[in-house]
Amino acid sequence: MDMNAYLSMFIDESNDHLQALNENLLKLEGSPSDLDIVQVIFRSAHTLKGMSASMGFEDLASLTHEMENVLDLVRNGKLAMDSFIFDTLFKGLDALETMVQDVTAGGSGQADVSAIVAALKSIVAGEYITEAPAAGASQQQAEGEAGLKLDEFQTSVLKQSISSGHHVFHIQVTLREDCVLKAARAYMVFDILERNGEVVKSDPSVQDLEQAEFDQKFTVFYISQLEAETLKTHIEEVSEIEGAQVTLLDEESLAMLSRPTTVEAASEPKAAQAQQAAAVEAPERPSAPVTAGGAAGNVTRTIRVDIERLDMLMNLFSEMLIDRVRLEQLASEIKRNDLTETVEHMARVSADLQSIVLKLRMVPVESVFNRFPRMVRDVAKSLNKKIDLIISGADTELDRTVIDEIGDPLVHLLRNSVDHGIESLEGRAEAGKPETGTVRLQAFHSGNHVFIEIEDDGRGIDRDKVLGIAIRNGVVEQSKAQTLSDEEVYMLLFEPGFSTADKISDISGRGVGLDVVRSKIMSLGGHVSVTSELGRGTKFSIQLPLTLSIIWAMLIKLGSEKYAIPLTSIVETAIVKREQVRHIHGNRMIEFRNAIIPILSLSRILESPDFDEEKEDETEIVVIRKGDKWAAIMVDEFIGQSEIVLKPLGDYLSGTPAISGATILGDGQVALIIDPNALIK
Amino acid sequence: MGEELKVIVFGLADEEYGIEVDKVQTIERMMPITRVPKTPSFIKGVVNLRGVVVPVLDLRGRFNLESTETTENSRIIIVAVNELEVGFIVDAANDVIDIDTDSIDAPPEVVGGIKAKYLRGVAKLGNNRLLIMLNLAEVLNKDEIIQLEQLEA
Repeated sequence: MDMNAYLSMFIDESNDHLQALNENLLKLEGSPSDLDIVQVIFRSAHTLKGMSASMGFEDLASLTHEMENVLDLVRNGKLAMDSFIFDTLFKGLDALETMVQDVTAGGSGQADVSAIVAALKSIVAGEYITEAPAAGASQQQAEGEAGLKLDEFQTSVLKQSISSGHHVFHIQVTLREDCVLKAARAYMVFDILERNGEVVKSDPSVQDLEQAEFDQKFTVFYISQLEAETLKTHIEEVSEIEGAQVTLLDEESLAMLSRPTTVEAASEPKAAQAQQAAAVEAPERPSAPVTAGGAAGNVTRTIRVDIERLDMLMNLFSEMLIDRVRLEQLASEIKRNDLTETVEHMARVSADLQSIVLKLRMVPVESVFNRFPRMVRDVAKSLNKKIDLIISGADTELDRTVIDEIGDPLVHLLRNSVDHGIESLEGRAEAGKPETGTVRLQAFHSGNHVFIEIEDDGRGIDRDKVLGIAIRNGVVEQSKAQTLSDEEVYMLLFEPGFSTADKISDISGRGVGLDVVRSKIMSLGGHVSVTSELGRGTKFSIQLPLTLSIIWAMLIKLGSEKYAIPLTSIVETAIVKREQVRHIHGNRMIEFRNAIIPILSLSRILESPDFDEEKEDETEIVVIRKGDKWAAIMVDEFIGQSEIVLKPLGDYLSGTPAISGATILGDGQVALIIDPNALIK
Repeated sequence: MGEELKVIVFGLADEEYGIEVDKVQTIERMMPITRVPKTPSFIKGVVNLRGVVVPVLDLRGRFNLESTETTENSRIIIVAVNELEVGFIVDAANDVIDIDTDSIDAPPEVVGGIKAKYLRGVAKLGNNRLLIMLNLAEVLNKDEIIQLEQLEA
């Protein structure tokens, strides 16, 4: 079989399962006694094991198998979760993740996991806790004895066999712990049995055995002419079999097994054990349909689509958008009613189409956020801090391109909050704060932007300390330092080569990072800002554009040339008279809404060949903003608002000042998009 | 015999130049060009090449040759080198020919006013024709443009 065909599916699904394992383990850590979660975890681990085994990733399969063994004990109530088990399981998960990554990168998924396997085995063997296995063993025995019941028909078959001189056996086969091909081994045992006699009943059922849906053991009732000893040797010849326990049954013992429960109640301890065993067995089966049903209920049906195809769809759609604008122009020139109507209808349909195409690219930030709880837990643990990560707005959607890029900066900021923001346990006690620190991660929509905020209730940013380091590292000059606002001082954190950590840890504080965070966010068209209150906490706020491909813009004319200004940075448009422009300190300013704002000549900035506003008595202005700062820019004429498709200028022209990109207008001509942020200093 | 090389032949200020055919994407007639401010004067602007915005250089300007008005014969040759997609305005693009790599000689210091580093060599064709092979990577070198900008500033 060509495994490569399934490889990408395997990788996708493994990642899903690993993610689910991670999440559920974290949930379980919050409520360690919730066996429902254990069931879900067990199922994920089990599927993962099956998949890796069938793909031939033996190391993956065997490690999952060990984890599964531990989980199996837990879900059957034979083992209580504690922090050692959690840590070991998490370590196992990490190892699995590394292996899957290796597979993704084209490797064989091999890794040395002997330490983790040993730890897992010690848990299963109960070597690190003594009480659990004792209870476990007795229950197991009970399970072995009373684990399966015979119905009337089977009993009568067995009785007849005994009376006709056949041997009836109760056989319990135990597979080796590291057995990978359980189904195959079970099949081989059955093969031997069926050659020499007849299997009357097996537990788990034959179907379950074929699917490897069982733990280490299975039991059968078996009729044969063979002697117990011969049978045992035959079975134990199959490889990876730990042992077979073959018991010869007579009519009396058979009657014991088939008697109705009321009779069994007479022998009290045994019945209690049987019920206990039944109770343990019971939740196993019904939970399967329940979880499956629950999953179908709240998970919407999805297909996986190659991101490249989406990009192609997007490109084709933007081509169409250009034609639509052109058609609208033509229709307004031709002025024929039915043409205009058709074009209007097409415009409406394509607007709907556009929102769907855009939505296709939107992914909930959840896909980035969901790895953070685990990360924060690990970092907090390694720093010996207690931290609650509260996530809200994980369903906020962002463009796929942004999602792919935003993960690393967020990891950095979160680590920063956990490491530098939240104080040590003693520090928090001294400050009179609760022992457990809180880090809030929230995402929300606002206008055409998505905001992601990371807020901690830690020590806040010490202005003087930041300034001291900034001066020492030459990031800012001493003379300038005192004139900076708090905001400006905090922003120094994002300067290259800055670090406030007293000691270097492997979590953050190597002095690289926050500047990388800022440049990454800027490259996504976003901004990052910091607010902080000393002793109370710090908040990092990231503003990101909703989408990177289609924006609303104001088209303007400058002589013969057309330009686009993104609507998001326009405050309003107006007309000013020449005499309203004042000269203040050599700069031209105008009064606008009770504020004095600078007025800029776009024709000068863009070196317009055929327009000069000096020749006009009245000038159209566009008031733009960058943060709190406003400025007016003088233009020749307004054309109107339009939805435009962003196109890059190409590598050759990248870095052109004041121009952020280009778009193609309805007439097929290219118009440049002005970057208002570059106009306001 | 060296390898055979297919080249696009174009004219620029009475000389014939060649670009390897595999570096050329398309040859277009002149089309409206949108000026991009604050760029060196030889960058004429950008064009809409079937939905893709492509910068266009005036090759005469790039080589400091006297610039002229475009004519009926003027063409934009779109080339792609090192993932850069750029158009060149040339006086005419008229031919595709096969040349032998052995017939390409190292360029003399200055050919037709163009510095040797922009040239890959000079190929001798029959009938006394000389074909000047361009070194595209060097022609599109951005470092030099930055220096130019600094000079102009």
